[in-house]
Amino acid sequence: MALDLFQEKGTPLERQLFTWKDMVRRPYSKLDDDAFTRTRVILMNGIEADALRMKHLFARLNRELRPHLALVRRAEHHQQTMVNWLNPPDQTPLETTLGFEQLAIEATASVAIHEPDPYLAQTYRFGMLEDFDHLYRYSALYDRLEGKDPNNLIQSYSDIRPGRPTSVEHRHPLDDVRTSYDHKTADPLSKLHAITITASEFQTHDYYMTVGPFFADPVARQLYAEIASIEEQHVTQYGSLCDPDESMLEKWLLHEAAEVYNYYSCLAYETNPHVKAVWQRFVDYELGHLHYVMELFKQMERRDPAEVLPRTLPEPLAFKEHREFVRKVLSQEVDMRSNGPDYVSRLPEDHRTRVYQAQLNSEGSPSETVAAGYQWRPGTELAAKAERMGSVLEGRRLQ
Amino acid sequence: MSKDTVADVGMNRTGIKTSPIDSKDIIQEAQRAIPSSPGDGQGILEVRKQYARESGDGLGHVPPPSSLKGMAKTAVDMLKGSKPTVFIDKLGERLAFERTGVRLYEGALSKLDVYGSWEGGPSRELLTKILDDELGHFALLIESMEKMGADPTAMTPSADLSAVISQGVPAAISDARTNLRQCTEALLVAELTDNASWELLIDLARGLGHDTLADRFQLALDAEAEHLLLVKGWLAAGVSTEARAPMESAPTPAP
Ligand SMILES: [Fe+2]
Ligand SMILES: [Fe+2]
Ligand SMILES: [Fe+2]
Ligand SMILES: [Fe+2]
Ligand SMILES: [Fe+2]
Ligand SMILES: [Fe+2]
Repeated sequence: MALDLFQEKGTPLERQLFTWKDMVRRPYSKLDDDAFTRTRVILMNGIEADALRMKHLFARLNRELRPHLALVRRAEHHQQTMVNWLNPPDQTPLETTLGFEQLAIEATASVAIHEPDPYLAQTYRFGMLEDFDHLYRYSALYDRLEGKDPNNLIQSYSDIRPGRPTSVEHRHPLDDVRTSYDHKTADPLSKLHAITITASEFQTHDYYMTVGPFFADPVARQLYAEIASIEEQHVTQYGSLCDPDESMLEKWLLHEAAEVYNYYSCLAYETNPHVKAVWQRFVDYELGHLHYVMELFKQMERRDPAEVLPRTLPEPLAFKEHREFVRKVLSQEVDMRSNGPDYVSRLPEDHRTRVYQAQLNSEGSPSETVAAGYQWRPGTELAAKAERMGSVLEGRRLQ
Repeated sequence: MSKDTVADVGMNRTGIKTSPIDSKDIIQEAQRAIPSSPGDGQGILEVRKQYARESGDGLGHVPPPSSLKGMAKTAVDMLKGSKPTVFIDKLGERLAFERTGVRLYEGALSKLDVYGSWEGGPSRELLTKILDDELGHFALLIESMEKMGADPTAMTPSADLSAVISQGVPAAISDARTNLRQCTEALLVAELTDNASWELLIDLARGLGHDTLADRFQLALDAEAEHLLLVKGWLAAGVSTEARAPMESAPTPAP
């Protein structure tokens, strides 16, 4: 069922209505729902947050677009609320964090596999190995802070092991800026990919910056500070893939298309019927936004939206495990580094990134401390200790 | 610099008496304003009831037995007219709690390194012993769940709920600003729960005819009873030591 972006008009903006009761619904179940339901909710919250962010930036820069941006943005805001409030209250910030990193691994892997441009695909593989490492670090934190098993959340879809060590992910800002696609020649899918992953990384960054200070443990506070810094790098990296020469309306058009594409992907995979109903409704809302902006594009830029948009949507983003792909990339590219926009096998000793990294890590590395000697096993690392100890209670031990 | 005592006099701005003039003014203004809607705090509970009625499956389910043996056991229990998942759910809760307990005592030991103890306070030896007990209880529960054909790695609804209830306990212990005496307050909450929960689990096991398990659980409860006694004693001694300490003469942490 290839969705025709030009034929399907969706729900018109004026019929996109909400109530507080409607926005605040029954959340998914942390225990019963599929891990990918959690990752989809996290992704779509990030996409909506980015829809707001972009529209606010444009409003600062463009008087003519302001009223149009305000109208659509209000719908985006209420969409984001409904999506984000699907997260259940028994899911702690650290548990949600595991969901963020799992999403980053699996969504970026899917994007890397389907990306037609080799340089862009390389960039996704490069970043994926870093979020892969974050999942491992946060898993160790979850295990060691509270004695809980990260796989309760990850559900055996993703590996819990080191990737490119977080401690060496710290790069000089100039080594995070990539070369963008060319908006005149790039495949529309490349544009949708870059918007999606940038949005998702931005929300990851903002989430860590919000919840980090709620942690009591000093290593947890440090780890959130450290990984938030990498997420800032990721936003820099993926954000620089988008062509700055696209006009605002062109960017807006593409963003709405990316929203349609992501909801449509969620819809294709969703297993929770209550959540699925939300995805269906919002595919239609986003089509409404898309057509609203198509009109603006025609009127204000005198351009045909078909110049920018694909006629039908590509294959949905794959919400599934990519362990084989991730392991292969890990074995081949874990030592890769970046020098400016280029990927290289090693950096000279005195390279700016090495200097930058040494400075940041000079008083210790939270990501190394938290996972020192850590190997995940079912039931937490304490299960191994308990096994060695045996469960025989030799009567009363205390004197 | 960290302090060993927690109740010294200092600048605390939270009370109304901090600002005698401003407070008089804002009290008057609050009384003058008319609420925008009639009613009282009951309205919140009404909405809560509405959502509760629509909450579907609650927190989640107990996973099905993971082995044939487990399924057979479950079938036998069902024939006896009892719902075996209740027992599995509670075993899962205790397992998770005991496992978290190990991390709590690790945290307490690290506070001992910084602050040292007090007269009648915890020793390294006793804290380590309790830690080992919690680990042993965790191991006992893994074994019990496996015997029942249940998956000991699953987070059961009761395990999830008890983690929600006790979320503050690990937070209080891992906060760099709390001393060992304050940590024993958190340990007290954990040990009180430990005791009551083992009692309940033993009754449940006996009711279902799992007498061998119940006997072993009784040994765990005996140990928990000692934990509780110890923690209460440490706390009482700690608070009274603090109450006797001269003002502002807080000893700094041991090097
Ligand atoms: Fe949206
Ligand atoms: Fe990450
Ligand atoms: Fe990331
Ligand atoms: Fe939109
Ligand atoms: Fe215990
Ligand atoms: Fe205990």
